[in-house]
Amino acid sequence: MERQETALDTQMLEVNIGPQHPSTHGVFRMNVTLDGETVVRLKPAMGYLHRNHEKIAEGASYLASMPFTDRLDYICSMTNNLAYAIAVEKLAGIPVTERAQYIRIIMAELTRLINHTLLVGFLLNDLGAFFTPTLYAFREREKILDVFEAVSGARMMCNYMRFGGVKADLTPESLIKIKEIVANYPRFLDEFEKLLTENEILMSRCQRVGILSKALAVNASVTGPMLRATGVDYDIRKVDGYSIYPRFKFRVPLGTVGDVYDRYYIRILEMRESIKILEQAIKEMPAGEALDKKAQAMAKSPRTFRPPKGDTYGRIESPKGELGFYLVSDGSSNPYRYHVRPPSFVNLTILEDMCLGHKVADAIIILGSIDIVLGEVDR
Amino acid sequence: MSFLYAKRYPLYAKEQLMLGLGIAKGMIVTLKQFIESYTKKGSIFTVQYPEERKPIAEAFRNFPILVYDETPEDPRCVACDICAKECPPKCITIVRDRDEQGRGLQKPKLFDIDVSVCMSCGICEEVCPFDAIYMDKEFELSAYNRMHSLNFHQEQLLRPNSYFHKIRPTDAAQIDAKRKEKEKAKNTQPGTTA
Repeated sequence: MERQETALDTQMLEVNIGPQHPSTHGVFRMNVTLDGETVVRLKPAMGYLHRNHEKIAEGASYLASMPFTDRLDYICSMTNNLAYAIAVEKLAGIPVTERAQYIRIIMAELTRLINHTLLVGFLLNDLGAFFTPTLYAFREREKILDVFEAVSGARMMCNYMRFGGVKADLTPESLIKIKEIVANYPRFLDEFEKLLTENEILMSRCQRVGILSKALAVNASVTGPMLRATGVDYDIRKVDGYSIYPRFKFRVPLGTVGDVYDRYYIRILEMRESIKILEQAIKEMPAGEALDKKAQAMAKSPRTFRPPKGDTYGRIESPKGELGFYLVSDGSSNPYRYHVRPPSFVNLTILEDMCLGHKVADAIIILGSIDIVLGEVDR
Repeated sequence: MSFLYAKRYPLYAKEQLMLGLGIAKGMIVTLKQFIESYTKKGSIFTVQYPEERKPIAEAFRNFPILVYDETPEDPRCVACDICAKECPPKCITIVRDRDEQGRGLQKPKLFDIDVSVCMSCGICEEVCPFDAIYMDKEFELSAYNRMHSLNFHQEQLLRPNSYFHKIRPTDAAQIDAKRKEKEKAKNTQPGTTA
């Protein structure tokens, strides 16, 4: 980028933001070259949180990787579990019980609510609205986490899905709690929107900042709300129709400009659609087993579970984008190759393109709007 | 129509008058929340932790314990090593006890769980065929020494069945019923009557 002609004589300045900086959402470093306050070059540096997840999984049984997937994107452990379970079920051809399918959808959509609420809160934190929106977001998240705790035993590291179903059935008390949350959520969203959507500061800071073009988004294989904010109609829940999503009526929100404001607003709209899915799923949920006898026996002795030779790629629309697991089986009890396609990592690759020409403060909110979790970026 | 376009609010900020109405509306929300925190019951989510505690869900799990029926010298654990093998972070160490002749006994000599490594996944509890290992709810485990104080030995891990009944009543009742049935089936086996 050419240097701007200004009255002041400016100098190039290289700044490292991170790895331990509150605005980088974890241990992530941005190597930024600045001309005055304008970003001229930005190189993301990642890998500080590398935990060897893929190699560990290759030495462990299929089920033993399940609790490790919780730690990928530690805000949405339920969807990580779901993606992995779907990949293994596809590999070994395991049927899933009807009730478990519905429980899975409910949990996945609740996770989407958590993720998007939290993201909006943190985005406002990055904008400088210290803690008021974040704490409202955390308060709502707390209610959902209480349900997760009652159902799966842990608030964040759920380890809830099993191949062929879910670990524990949804108790009637938990279902009542979920109904309450779903009934009250639109009111919270209305309030949240009243607080934020028309706020002039938010509008002037977010609109026309960090515009991502449709072509670049598709070329860089950006997925999730990031892609939909540019106006590309691509939601894996619709495209693949995995699990039982085709049974539910919901719409895919699309942006028009592809700036930070669109990305913010898409998430609010997606939460409203999630609530629609949740309402339908709760209403239609059948009785039955959460995990059938065969799957129970499999969960009891993970070493005896040996899927046939072959490879598979299972993917879902996680709250952040396309989360996929690529598994190669050699017929033994542990995977020969285990690969994760994390949405935050792929979405992060276009950070520089979005930030060029903007101010440093804008680079922070552009990073915030990508919605990264470093546990997933570095694995 | 399966998709919807995000409605852009009064177009762009730059194209409209910035009167601060949006901010004022937002302020009303925060004011409402502020007043509600004093007047409306249940609107404050935080608790004053050490004095005030939230009830813990029955499914809640933290670190494993070993359950014994009558005496701690005779635990349910038979040192089969299944949990140690299936443990994803490999935090369980088991050494089987032996008698004077060197024959293996059906109980562990050493059963260590390094809780600084344990990730509370609960897989040990799921795979145990002898209903011996269960997840505890105790979470206040701070210690001064990370090498020794957090490596729990058998003596620290062993708990009576009554304790298990206290922390997880419904699960414990189910497991006790299942065990009783198994015992009955064992006693009425054809081999014993001959």
